[in-house]
Amino acid sequence: MTGVDPLAPLVLVVDDEPQMRRFLRASLNAHGYRVLEAGSAAEALMLATSHNPAIILMDLGLPDGDGITVTQSLREWCQMPIVVISARGREDDKVTALDAGANDYLTKPFGVNELLARMRVALRHATPEPQRQELLFGSLRIDLVRRMVSRDGVEVHLTPIEYKLLTLLARHAGKVLTHRQILKEVWGPGALEQPHYVRVHMAELRKKVERDPARPEWLLTEPAVGYRMRES
Amino acid sequence: MMANSESGSSLPIRRPNPDALLARIQAEAARKERAKLRIFFGLAPGVGKTFRMLQVAREAAAQGVNVLVGAVETHGRSETAGLLDGLAILPRRDIQHGNTVLGEFDLDAALQQHPTLLLLDELAHSNVPGARHAKRWQDVLDLLEAGIDVYTTLNVQHVESLNDVIAQITHIQVRETVPDSILERADEIELVDISADELLQRLHDGKVYLPEQALRAAQHFFQRGNLLALRELALRRTAERVDADVLAQRADEGVETPWRTTERILVCVGPAPASARLVRTARRLAVGLHAPWFAAYVESPLHPLSTADRQRLDAHLRLVEALGGNVVRLNGVQVSAALLDHARKHNMTRIVIGKPTHSRLRDFVRGSLLDEVVRGSGDIDLHVISADETAPAPPEMPPAQAPVHVASYTFAVAAVAAATGLAWLGRVQLPAPDTVMLYLLGIMAVAVRTGKGPSFLAAALSVAAYDFFFVPPFFTFAVSDARHVLTFMTMFVVGAAMSTLMVRTRRQERDAREREARTSSLFALSRDLSGARDEAAVAATLCDHVARGFGSAAQVVARRGAEWRQLGQTGAWQTDSGDDGLLRWVVEHGREAGLGTETLPGSRALCLPMPLGEGDRTAIALLPQYGKALDGQALASLRAYVRQGALALERARLADVVSTTELRAKTEEMRSSLLSAVSHDLRTPLAAITGAATTLREVGISLRPEQRVDLIEAICEEADRMERLVVNLLDMTRLASGQMRVKREWVPLEEIVGSALARLEVRLGARQVQVAIPPDFPLLHVDALLFEQVFVNLLENAAKYTPADSPIEISAERRPTITTIAVIDHGPGLPPELAARVFDKFVRGQHTGVGGVGLGLAICKGIMDVHGGTIALESTPKGGATFRIALPLTAAPPTMAEVPRP
Repeated sequence: MTGVDPLAPLVLVVDDEPQMRRFLRASLNAHGYRVLEAGSAAEALMLATSHNPAIILMDLGLPDGDGITVTQSLREWCQMPIVVISARGREDDKVTALDAGANDYLTKPFGVNELLARMRVALRHATPEPQRQELLFGSLRIDLVRRMVSRDGVEVHLTPIEYKLLTLLARHAGKVLTHRQILKEVWGPGALEQPHYVRVHMAELRKKVERDPARPEWLLTEPAVGYRMRES
Repeated sequence: MMANSESGSSLPIRRPNPDALLARIQAEAARKERAKLRIFFGLAPGVGKTFRMLQVAREAAAQGVNVLVGAVETHGRSETAGLLDGLAILPRRDIQHGNTVLGEFDLDAALQQHPTLLLLDELAHSNVPGARHAKRWQDVLDLLEAGIDVYTTLNVQHVESLNDVIAQITHIQVRETVPDSILERADEIELVDISADELLQRLHDGKVYLPEQALRAAQHFFQRGNLLALRELALRRTAERVDADVLAQRADEGVETPWRTTERILVCVGPAPASARLVRTARRLAVGLHAPWFAAYVESPLHPLSTADRQRLDAHLRLVEALGGNVVRLNGVQVSAALLDHARKHNMTRIVIGKPTHSRLRDFVRGSLLDEVVRGSGDIDLHVISADETAPAPPEMPPAQAPVHVASYTFAVAAVAAATGLAWLGRVQLPAPDTVMLYLLGIMAVAVRTGKGPSFLAAALSVAAYDFFFVPPFFTFAVSDARHVLTFMTMFVVGAAMSTLMVRTRRQERDAREREARTSSLFALSRDLSGARDEAAVAATLCDHVARGFGSAAQVVARRGAEWRQLGQTGAWQTDSGDDGLLRWVVEHGREAGLGTETLPGSRALCLPMPLGEGDRTAIALLPQYGKALDGQALASLRAYVRQGALALERARLADVVSTTELRAKTEEMRSSLLSAVSHDLRTPLAAITGAATTLREVGISLRPEQRVDLIEAICEEADRMERLVVNLLDMTRLASGQMRVKREWVPLEEIVGSALARLEVRLGARQVQVAIPPDFPLLHVDALLFEQVFVNLLENAAKYTPADSPIEISAERRPTITTIAVIDHGPGLPPELAARVFDKFVRGQHTGVGGVGLGLAICKGIMDVHGGTIALESTPKGGATFRIALPLTAAPPTMAEVPRP
């Protein structure tokens, strides 16, 4: 790994496809990351334990197990960010992985820019952020101290639930939150099987804070998985 | 003649019929392959059957045959025991019976060891309760079915069809009998014969073993006259068999049999004890004539059966089946007419009927069945068999007496008292006949409400009371005027006749109701079965009806190879370890077993095979109500249920096969069009990617920067196009194969449209998309991801086939029971000839050069289908295409108000 800064963040790439690892190694190296590769679940667990990487990219389908189990085992002892990589149509797996403790997911095939953006968000959320007094998303402003939301300088009146929903997503801007995670945070653990609560309130929230609720700018839908606030 | 035989031309050569010969050869081959049964047949105990059997078995063992002694009784005879030396002996299985432990032949172990030849003494032996079968001959059948040769021994008095004859000769009724079909199944019957005198000598020498309790009976049995007769019977039975073999042989060789059998015998069976004798006689006749025989019972509404009668009738019909006859149940008001009608329709040549035992008076009153049959029989021969009064009556279960209802008798007494009271009050005004009428009224009331006994009591009491209170001299039973005696008699006879009529009417009514209930429940079953579409539904319906009609729980199982499947069951079925063996046996042998049958009678369940033409072997098991065995009638109607179920199951299986075949054909068709589409449409972007990438690799350095960017862009675009193609192909395949999992949730339409638009952000570019969703539009109960795909495909199509500056509109509308959503474009629209096929797979618009395999709309239709919705193409006013989606509102959508706000 000549030419790579020995202090650069270490990425563990878990994928059984050599071509995928090859492409990830090349582009991650080029963007200043050090890369560690694992082709199986066992190898992934071993490398994660011995090298303590800064972030893990995890393919869900592995020859000797699946990424969900690996995620669960890792979460028993460490908090390093895990970004799950999976094909479209495996939404249930993604949700399971996210609920099991993965930080984000990417759908194959993906572009390098998208990957880097997700990794940046995951790495940033991994370090505790200083308490912010206000959050800005374009012309949308959330004042966390006075519990006030305004767009283009005009105050937007939100119900307590909408405010909770908005601030939850805003604090995790850039990161996907599953329906279950949102239900648990906003409604409590009693409502985990009622994803339409979230959907209905999200629709209302969009009508209030988005310019065109059918083509949302900030509050993005991750189909069949959950929601994500676009990063400002 | 000489000339003819020399020329050999016109003399008819007796060639066997080729078809018959072929069948014969096949039967011969089958016989060679199937296991052999050899019966050592004797006239009485002590003739040396076991000894002879062991001798033959030793010879076989000496030739290297794997011989196993299953069960042999030496009865302490040293010569016999000596023969056992060196033969492998199967240990007995101990079965707990009451307080004693009895050793019994271990069928399971024998089947498991699977010897070539198994020795099993005493074919007529009854097994200890708890063994698999009630009778040893059933064990033998299992062994033969498993391919194990069996040697066994049998005495002539145990042969079922000779049973009554022997009882007549010896005055000893033998309970343990072996059906004649076993003797017919035997490949060889070897008669072990000694003269009566020799046997008596052996008995005298103490060489015949007899158990203590049988000694007295045996002294009676072992009389010279008896033994002579038994010997004759044994010889005759063996000769019959030899005769049959000779005939078969002659048929083989093409020798014309002296007669052709076209005889068919019908025996009339009823509940009378003499019917058993009729059945045996008919069977002997049938065997002598080589004719098929049938036993008919006519159920007449005029002569309803009591419970005891029904039990006896069931026993007779079982006897018919055991003897190899066919049971025919007929219905008819007039017994003789029904019988003769059936006999004529089925070309019966002989009718066997019992001689009446009742008085001529009854014939005069009711008409004589025999007379009617004789008169109407025409050219059918009649055999009238006398009822055997001397034979001991068959062991009869005590007739199920209706419990004596004290209340009924009390009612009878009360009715008479009331009539007396009324008559007493009006004694001054009422003339004598009216008093009698009052009493008759009372008797009638009793007859209507209660049974025969109380009615007769009422009749008798009425006469007594009338005499006592109203006939002078009053308050005595003495009668002064002889005229009154006639009145008494008339009163009693009328009362008795009325009650008899009443009781009969009620029984008929009850029977009719029962029949009606049976018919209507069978009808309900067939109606429900016709609604069941697949195997599981049929099995569930059947279980449900069977459990409701006959017991507490039922289940249907099927076996394919070694794998067992449960097709259906009612909820109350609790698995029990004993059921497995029962089910296995029934499925393997295709015969009934379990509670109330001869096989595994100790089971808690009754199990019936379901006769199916093809497919997996199937059986139904039933837990009868209160753990009681079903009676003959219930069993008969259960069989009818099961037959219906089997038919429905077969139909469902056939339908399954057809739909699988259809699906396979469709899949095949789709695969071929898929292949052609894939080969063209996937190769095109692949070619562009390969081209651009190799250019960059080979001459990348010499390219101008903007050329390089252009090539890289081409690679990304083409890869993107391939990705879309693959997604579509995958979706289509999953939809077509029926593997698409639909996860329906309540989703707002805005969200679905929103994420579709987000996914198409790049491809739509600056195109104007107007979304108009009314604010009160309900949540949709759909799979969000699949529905998003519908919009992605529709919007993508619109973008592909319309000019870049024409807008696209999405609008939604709610109607009372349906929601409709339209995706409207203002492009050129679709030509009508394409409009009809636009939702078919691999159909594409004419704008060639636009990517795609023609799957997008087919996928949309597939997704709408799995949601129970529709998609249709309309023309947009002023040009363009409108795709309208309609989704029925199946459940009430949750409203905003229902969503809790903590």
